[in-house]
Amino acid sequence: MAPTGQRRSGYSRRAQYNLFTGYIIAGTGALIGAVLLLLSFFQPQLFDGLRGAAADGVSPATETSATVRTGSKSIWDSISGYYRAGSKNAELKREMEIARIRLAEAQAVEQENLRLKALLGMQEKDVEPVAVTRLVGSTASSTRRFAYVGAGSDQGVEVGMPIRSPRGVVGRVLETGSDSARILLLTDTESVLPVRRASDEVVAFAEGRGDGLLRIRLINLGINPLEKGDLFVTSGAGGYYRPGAAVAILVEKTDDGGLARMVSDPAATDFVSIDPIFEPQAALAVETPTETELSD
Amino acid sequence: MERIDPRARSDAYGNRINRSHSTFLATVVPWGSILLASILPLFPIASALPLLPPLGFLMLLGWRLVRPGLLPVWAGIPLGLFDDLFSGQPFGFAILTWSLALIGIEILEGRLPWRAFWQDWFTAGIVVSVYLIVGWLLSGATPNIHSLIALVPQLVLSILLFPILSRIIARLDRFRLHRWRTI
Repeated sequence: MAPTGQRRSGYSRRAQYNLFTGYIIAGTGALIGAVLLLLSFFQPQLFDGLRGAAADGVSPATETSATVRTGSKSIWDSISGYYRAGSKNAELKREMEIARIRLAEAQAVEQENLRLKALLGMQEKDVEPVAVTRLVGSTASSTRRFAYVGAGSDQGVEVGMPIRSPRGVVGRVLETGSDSARILLLTDTESVLPVRRASDEVVAFAEGRGDGLLRIRLINLGINPLEKGDLFVTSGAGGYYRPGAAVAILVEKTDDGGLARMVSDPAATDFVSIDPIFEPQAALAVETPTETELSD
Repeated sequence: MERIDPRARSDAYGNRINRSHSTFLATVVPWGSILLASILPLFPIASALPLLPPLGFLMLLGWRLVRPGLLPVWAGIPLGLFDDLFSGQPFGFAILTWSLALIGIEILEGRLPWRAFWQDWFTAGIVVSVYLIVGWLLSGATPNIHSLIALVPQLVLSILLFPILSRIIARLDRFRLHRWRTI
């Protein structure tokens, strides 16, 4: 559409000043924006409170939409389940039998583990999740991969806590509001997670690539032992994540490791649990520069 | 008069007798729709890669290009501030880029006062591409080639969405100027 005549102020002094002030304000605004942007590069936590409050403000709406979303998804699942029900049923029965056998074997292993641990005098207690909540939304239009969960500092959530879905690791808490928290997904380019291959002790780092895949970077370089389909689990190094939670499956082999797909795709995730930090002392130690000494 | 022409006492915004525009709607609709579009990308699936177009920015561009003169040049400051709260980009990014985009379009409009829709679309396409690429550079993460490739579907979607969005804005504009019954 053609512009209106508002741009031409004519001889009216008032219109001229109005127009001029508009430009001045816009220019100053751009400058302020640039300053804020610089500030948030060097002090990223400066605006956490503001964003937390904003996320709290919309959390009733996002939680409702998350409920509706998962509800509609399960309806679709039950409809598509009818398609080729017979052959699927037979296949599932076969898988079920194998799974039962494996389960029995796993129980035996677990028993043995318990016995061995008792022998060593090790104690292991179950972790209570800090909160169980929904993944309510994500920054779907930004390059950064953040998501929001419907629990915050009121429920005891703290920065750094790992987020797990029933399938595996999703990410960790980046900032908390009172009723919502922003989490860093594993696929974000700033996310690095120490992992190991589930079958043996090949250790690596899983870094987000920003395009939905994780880059597996081996720590010990040499002959690349990875194979397509290898499952990676958390190694527990770094102190944030409990060891043994599923992270990713290798889809492509590269020179120094490979590319992997997340086991727990946030798009398919509904409920997540927020666990306490595995070893707060270790996590603190990792964050502390080597020059500073740790004291209790 | 009605016997000759039934639409004689009405225009695109409704009957003119006994009815008038609502000042509240006329001011709130453009700003409100942009704010709403800023929040919208939060709601859909938590995707593993950026997929949704920057709806708030597209809405701002739409209002600016479809209805020039409606939003002041400084509109990028308050609207960008709000978008920054939800977009996931570092704080201040939207304030800076939205202000610059509005100033840029203002300059462009001085050069090209009369435009057809496809020229608007072209402008919006270029502005949105620059916005997304600058957003990729200034996201606070280390920019790498993979996340740049992951940007392509979002970019294509954004460009394709603009015509639909400008239709929606035209509808919203009619609603904005609708005449309501007054006594």
